Amino acid sequence: MLRVIVRRLLQLVVTLIALSALIFIWLRNLPGGPIEALLGERATPERRALLVKALGYDQPILVQYAKFMQRVLTGDFGNSIRTGDPVAEVIGRAFPATIELALVAMIIAIGLGVPLGYLAARHHGRLLDNLSIAGTLLGISIPIFFLGYLLKDVFTQNIHWFPPSGRLSTGLDNTEVTGFFVLDGLLTREFDATADALWHLILPAFTLATIPLAVIVRITRASVLDVLNEDYVRTAEAKGLRHRVIRGRHILRNALLPVVTIIGLQSGALLSGAVLTEKVYNWGGLGTLITDSISGGRDYPVLQALILLAALVFVVVNLLVDLSYAFIDPRVRVR
Amino acid sequence: MSDPTTRPGVAAPRDGADTPDTDKPAAGERREGMSERSIGLLGDRKKARLDELARAGAEKGGVSLVRDAFRRLRRNPVAIVGASIVGLFILVAILAPLLAPHDPAQRFDELTKTLTVDNIPGASSEFPLGSDPLGRDFLSRLIYGSRQTLFVGVLATLIGLTLGVLIGALSGAFGGWVDNILMRFTDVMLALPALLLAISLVAMASRSSQWTVIFAVAVVNVPIFARLLRGSMLAQRESDHVLAARALGVKQRNIVLRHMLPNAMTAVIVQATLTLSTAILEAASLSFLGLGDPDINRAEWGLMLGVDGQRYFEVRPELAYFPALAIIVVALGFTLLGEAMREAIDPKNRR
Repeated sequence: MLRVIVRRLLQLVVTLIALSALIFIWLRNLPGGPIEALLGERATPERRALLVKALGYDQPILVQYAKFMQRVLTGDFGNSIRTGDPVAEVIGRAFPATIELALVAMIIAIGLGVPLGYLAARHHGRLLDNLSIAGTLLGISIPIFFLGYLLKDVFTQNIHWFPPSGRLSTGLDNTEVTGFFVLDGLLTREFDATADALWHLILPAFTLATIPLAVIVRITRASVLDVLNEDYVRTAEAKGLRHRVIRGRHILRNALLPVVTIIGLQSGALLSGAVLTEKVYNWGGLGTLITDSISGGRDYPVLQALILLAALVFVVVNLLVDLSYAFIDPRVRVR
Repeated sequence: MSDPTTRPGVAAPRDGADTPDTDKPAAGERREGMSERSIGLLGDRKKARLDELARAGAEKGGVSLVRDAFRRLRRNPVAIVGASIVGLFILVAILAPLLAPHDPAQRFDELTKTLTVDNIPGASSEFPLGSDPLGRDFLSRLIYGSRQTLFVGVLATLIGLTLGVLIGALSGAFGGWVDNILMRFTDVMLALPALLLAISLVAMASRSSQWTVIFAVAVVNVPIFARLLRGSMLAQRESDHVLAARALGVKQRNIVLRHMLPNAMTAVIVQATLTLSTAILEAASLSFLGLGDPDINRAEWGLMLGVDGQRYFEVRPELAYFPALAIIVVALGFTLLGEAMREAIDPKNRR
């Protein structure tokens, strides 16, 4: 087990280093780079040269990369070209917003997806099953940003159930501790802030949850169907075990293994989807940051750090999921 | 659950699995040389005959396998719905000039006359779906949009498939360090979630165009096809038909091209059908993020939904509804067809 962990960690480090090198070289060698974006096309050569020197772009690429890696490892990603703020600070501000959104979306996707998938399998071939299949197919075929606009239109324009955008109502004075507004409200006992943050979270989280929800329903359904045909389930039923026991210990415990894998992979869908969802709801997280960093003249230091961070989160989540397998499934440990 | 090695997006088989037999090709060649020396002409004739038999067998097996799958496919209502949608989509794309009432790029005076930022003319007898934000016939643009959408989807999928199959085949055929390097390469691509990888790729170009979108969506799919093919090839290395071919002294190149690759291609084609759906959706997402094709004359559903549909959602939501509906239906069509195909070739369902 330890050897597997060490090998996977080494692979992860190699992957991230290769990725950082690729990103670094690509971004640096492009025409119309950040210099152009900052100064415009009519900038004088002197001003351009000055900026190139100030940003260190005149040094050999390997030196630039070595310096970059050295700074990355000490947590210093340089300054944003657009705003001049340190990249780590810019990202740190946006990070909790996205993680909060993604976590709530994941809770929705798992909380609804697993029971729905189980029910669909139990009603195999009947109305509920067919409805859930149709629903999941629609869920993976709909562009989620369009769904976002649709939900926003219905629930904020026609019936005013939810706020249209942002993370908190304007004028609400909350104390920031962690940047996770739901948690902050609880920590500082400003429960109105927690309620308000949750109220703002519902629509975006549902929008973001669409694809993972659809995938989880499908996998759970397929996996429960597989398990239902197993002899040990029939045996358990024949023994007259209570339904609750059969469901929990025999069916779900076995059926959820593939679901766990999928949850790891879906964390990627959440990161991708967050970029779209955040634009729809003006969320101000990492997704907003990535869109702004591209459209407002490529802000390379921020982009670089964002891409690396996304890869790190995704790869680490998947590693954790793979490792958690050993705890959920004793059979893996034996091998 | 089905075999994890053949499922896309799922962890590939353990890397150690292919190490024990890396020296087999060499051994096979040595044996080939020996047999030629000792049996000579007879061996050559035998080999030719066996090759012929292998080919005949493969063809016969291939036809019946495909026919078998096709028979199941035809009886499956899901497949029929999917195929009908896809067929209709392609038909509309081909016949667009005949179906569209107007030139999709022409701005009409009747429409631009009353056109403002908060007023986009609605349906009239001449323009059944009204105007787009630039005073062009929305229906015609929608019909022509099928062409461009099909073009982007198919091209992105084909490029992704070609590169992926190339990497996967090399990896699966050679194994060893080639496999190791190529798979680390796909690891790097898989380390980023799909849309984020596409965004980073588009962001690397100084300005986006139709081609950056196609390229970005294509690259996202490369590791998926590569892993799929590699898994299938690795699984086949151990299988009896490859072992038999190797024992007969069939050249390594021929084993790969004639015995392994054809067997793996069905899964690749199924994956390509499913990819068409995600490619169209991903192109639409890129347009929505402002990273799409900047050509304002181009009629493409993703662009229409992602740019105009979004900008004028409050003014005229139809500008979003129709392209969105078109995208959803077509994506659904490819997904249904792909899933039905996957089910049809799955040996578990063979009766």
